[in-house]
Amino acid sequence: MDHIDNTSDLLRFTTAGSVDDGKSTLIGRLLYDSKTIFEDQLEIVQQASSRKGLEHIDLSLLTDGLRSEREQGITIDVAYRYFATPKRKFIIADTPGHIQYTRNMVTGASTANLALILIDARKGVIEQTSRHSFIASLLRIPHLIVCVNKMDLVDYDQATYDKIVADYIAFASKLDVQDIQFVPISALHGENVVNRSEKMDWFQGSTLLNSLETVHITSDHNHIDCRMPVQYVIRPHSNEFHDYRGYAGRIAGGVFKPGDEVVVLPSGFQSKIKSIDTFDGEVAEAFAPMSVSITLEDDIDVTRGDMIARPNNQPTVCQEVELMMCWLDNKSLNPTGKYILRHTSNEVRAKVKEVRYKVDVNTLHKNEYDLEIKMNDIARVKLRLAKPIFTDSYSKNRITGSVILIDEATNITVASGMVI
Amino acid sequence: MKYNLDHLRELESEAIYVLRETAAQFERPSLLFSGGKDSIVITHLARKAFYPAKFPFPLVHIDTGHNFPEALAFRDALVEKLGATLIVGSVQESIDKGDVQEETGKNASRNALQTVTLLDAIESNKFDACIGGARRDEEKARAKERFFSHRDDFGQWDPKNQRPELWNMFNGRHNQGEHFRVFPISNWTEMDIWQYILMENIQIPSLYFSHNRNVVFRDNTFLPESEFLVLRENEEVVNKQIRFRTLGDITITGGLESDADTLAKIVEEVSVARQTERGNRADDKRGEAAMEDRKTQGYF
Repeated sequence: MDHIDNTSDLLRFTTAGSVDDGKSTLIGRLLYDSKTIFEDQLEIVQQASSRKGLEHIDLSLLTDGLRSEREQGITIDVAYRYFATPKRKFIIADTPGHIQYTRNMVTGASTANLALILIDARKGVIEQTSRHSFIASLLRIPHLIVCVNKMDLVDYDQATYDKIVADYIAFASKLDVQDIQFVPISALHGENVVNRSEKMDWFQGSTLLNSLETVHITSDHNHIDCRMPVQYVIRPHSNEFHDYRGYAGRIAGGVFKPGDEVVVLPSGFQSKIKSIDTFDGEVAEAFAPMSVSITLEDDIDVTRGDMIARPNNQPTVCQEVELMMCWLDNKSLNPTGKYILRHTSNEVRAKVKEVRYKVDVNTLHKNEYDLEIKMNDIARVKLRLAKPIFTDSYSKNRITGSVILIDEATNITVASGMVI
Repeated sequence: MKYNLDHLRELESEAIYVLRETAAQFERPSLLFSGGKDSIVITHLARKAFYPAKFPFPLVHIDTGHNFPEALAFRDALVEKLGATLIVGSVQESIDKGDVQEETGKNASRNALQTVTLLDAIESNKFDACIGGARRDEEKARAKERFFSHRDDFGQWDPKNQRPELWNMFNGRHNQGEHFRVFPISNWTEMDIWQYILMENIQIPSLYFSHNRNVVFRDNTFLPESEFLVLRENEEVVNKQIRFRTLGDITITGGLESDADTLAKIVEEVSVARQTERGNRADDKRGEAAMEDRKTQGYF
């Protein structure tokens, strides 16, 4: 198996962009230069481009999947794209960048390890840059790469680039982002995307692809605070496994080992881990994002929605929860309505207790006067719950710190929330 | 100790999570089994997800009646080995009952007819979730598909009005008569599938490996000779060393010339391929939005 590299890991990144900022060209460039675009796909795009009367190949046609998107020439939903290099596999969540699609940006950002922020070198840091960066920091994307694009249109000028970097750093001090890298590129001509630019020999940093390949993502999961939401109880009822009871779930944080003392919430019963099972055998350690099945020494009552943690390190048990919320639905938040709150594998009914403020995603200003929460709004909200849930702050754990709200009448997912 | 999973293990863990979520959120889930590599991989993942118990749903095969005999034999052997339940929905029966009309004309196939049989099977068995092997890298309309994809009570998909799906939280709530399509391997690519089959040494039908077969060259692909294939003018049957990159209805699944007779050679061939795997599928060549249109009506 020496010709297969199974040791590569997986990086999920998100892009946001509006019409004309070169996002589709950049994605097309990454797919094209990594030889991910197949001949028959290219042929279809070539034909479609010439039908539209274009002289060049419109690479955005590769990413716009639905008929209405092609008709309008815009991306309206999150599209997922895949490419691989010998070093890494990549999943791109490609999202529209316009303010009316904030909810799609939030969706794309929710699973990303890294965000690509595109800045047009001619325009510098603008409202849209601030919006995309704010969403990336709100969703706690651990790594940002700021691409100053269209450098070809400013004669690959270093001073222009340096000024944009300085402006961005000044702006980013308002955000909570740990790791920011910058790279001057021309997506159209492929400068500093995959291949190092000779026209910008003043730039000493990594090319975009090199940064994507080497950014350190092992520590993006929480490996300290042990959490496993119980998803499903496995009971084989077979002769061989007559009394087997496995608590199946995906590790959300920490490292679990057989012999560990654990506590099950909400009951508070304590036990020890007897074994951590998988189809391929017992494992000595389980950590995020592994899917395993845990058996306990004692016969206690555990069901879906329960949380397994360590007695000396437990999540917060709360019946009121404060969130930064993004409203996703056409219908505004009903301040007196009841919703279903979903947290890990747990569902409880929820009511709004207080809307504290809305955030203007362009200016980051807090608005405490207009408190009607409409689609794409981001707001700080306090909810009261019918039963307690077991949370961590979103900054500590993106899995145990996130919730969604579902409208009981329509079954639609209407909001997403990050626990403060 | 490095607390990191390689990409195949991470995708595996994600798929297991989705399968368990399906079993937990729905009363009558089912697994749509075509006999192709993707549904074989999902069946393998389902074994893992519920081990040491059997997976808690039946396999459902929508049978166009135009099968590769090898694929049917493989299906039956797998079902017996796993002790699984198999439910077959027959397109022939739908035709005989008059629910659908056989297509006629030059490129007639039973591909689109499957939708009616599938929706019938869903309704008569009261399935509220159907697990499928669609991948987002396959096709543009599929790139927009959710893990948990809602279908209304006519089985229709509304691509412009999909539920937002954030983090790994899947909302499978539905009213009576509605159902969900669930796609656990959404994030896998064709390459991931083959690497995983190789890594896990999963058995797949012999059709995927290089073999000699009587074929007809049509529309840039080698269509297998079968009782259903009608020769056109100037066409002749030739014997070629081919293999299939995807498996479907025998009348529309073309093969490619290949000497890849082991999994390792297939992985190598896929890694240098310059055509998508669906390039050999006549069903996808019916226009730019062919898949989107079929999916909207309830197709896989």
